[in-house]
Amino acid sequence: MPSLKSFRNRIASVKSIRKITKAMQMVAASNLRRAQDAAEAARPYAEKMNAVIASLAGGLKDNPGAPALLAGSGKDQVHLVIVATADRGLCGGFNTNIVRRARQHIQALERNGKEVKILCVGRKGRDQLKRQYAKRIIDTVEFVQVKRIGFTNAAAIGRRVLDMFAAGDFDVCSIVYSEFKSVISQVPTLRQLIPVVIEEAGPLVGPQGNVYEYEPDEAAILADLLPRNVNVQIFRALLENVAGEFGAKMAAMDSATRNAGEVIDNLTLQYNRTRQAMITKELIEIISGAEAL
Amino acid sequence: MTDKIAFDIVSPERLLLSDEADMVTVPGSEGDFGVLAGHMPLISTLRPGVIDIRGGSESGDLRFFVLGGFAEANPSKLTVLAEEALPMTSVDAATLEQRIKNTEEDLVLAKNESDRARIAEQLDHLRQLRSAL
Repeated sequence: MPSLKSFRNRIASVKSIRKITKAMQMVAASNLRRAQDAAEAARPYAEKMNAVIASLAGGLKDNPGAPALLAGSGKDQVHLVIVATADRGLCGGFNTNIVRRARQHIQALERNGKEVKILCVGRKGRDQLKRQYAKRIIDTVEFVQVKRIGFTNAAAIGRRVLDMFAAGDFDVCSIVYSEFKSVISQVPTLRQLIPVVIEEAGPLVGPQGNVYEYEPDEAAILADLLPRNVNVQIFRALLENVAGEFGAKMAAMDSATRNAGEVIDNLTLQYNRTRQAMITKELIEIISGAEAL
Repeated sequence: MTDKIAFDIVSPERLLLSDEADMVTVPGSEGDFGVLAGHMPLISTLRPGVIDIRGGSESGDLRFFVLGGFAEANPSKLTVLAEEALPMTSVDAATLEQRIKNTEEDLVLAKNESDRARIAEQLDHLRQLRSAL
């Protein structure tokens, strides 16, 4: 039978684990609020940009001179998959879910004989993909040192992707990230970045139904906006990811805290039982010793 | 004239300012244009420059430094989507100088012709801005 001391030690260590998970849960909750605000604040820009691009692209897509970012490079052979995960673990199935979605996509592409390149954003995604796809990972971007992800971080990735596209390193680019639905639900999502997927929209009309004037012309504006749009989309994915990571972390740490509580209860019960058993045993020894006299 | 034009200045990260003003001057890529209430619907790209807000209801006279982006105007509302926007009061000669230096370095490192042209243009705008300061 384990000694009482070892019980006391285990109870003490589980108690300190519970303190830590509780603290992590609270930190995640406050970070989540901030991340959610950031994701919401970024929304007007992305929405406006989408609306303008959709209205411009509708008319220009079939033109022979349409920008490559819109029309594609004419091929569909090399795919770049950006896998955006968190840098840190301890957030339940968050990273695994994203990686699983990415893996599905990669396997589907490879079955169709496409070449796949992977750009990992976030350390955990790389760790999980490295075993299977080490040769296809071209690079990893980490934000471990970055306290708060800003637009410049996204723009740096965007620039890289655009440079590669301009150099003809890939034909189609998509990003896998986790869409933040609510604190308890994050949905791994696949979104195609290049060529741009346009939701159908007519020409943009003003409140009085008049058509917009463009300065310089529509094609020039479109050429200016498309690269920006890539950055904005990446930025949005990163923000959603950050919010999702904290949401998942909060839920994971909450259940860890609760579980630690249960473990403590069980251990305390066992400890008391053992203690009582020992007292009873000692009493029996004394009584039987007295009877023998 | 009592009509004011409502305007939003939005950066990718957040809504910077939402207010209404008598007039907002925007640095369009084809030249500055002033937006008053009832402006015709217009979408224009921006060059690095200064957004000049006159007679804002809450903000008063205010100047914003922007580094590209685009603007959408219609008779009732102006929306500026700025790549990067800073209140003019927080821009000083030193930061601008630093940025010019960075851009100059970029120019040296630029690999192809179109990149170089773009950066050279940006540098030009920044130098203009420095002289305006």
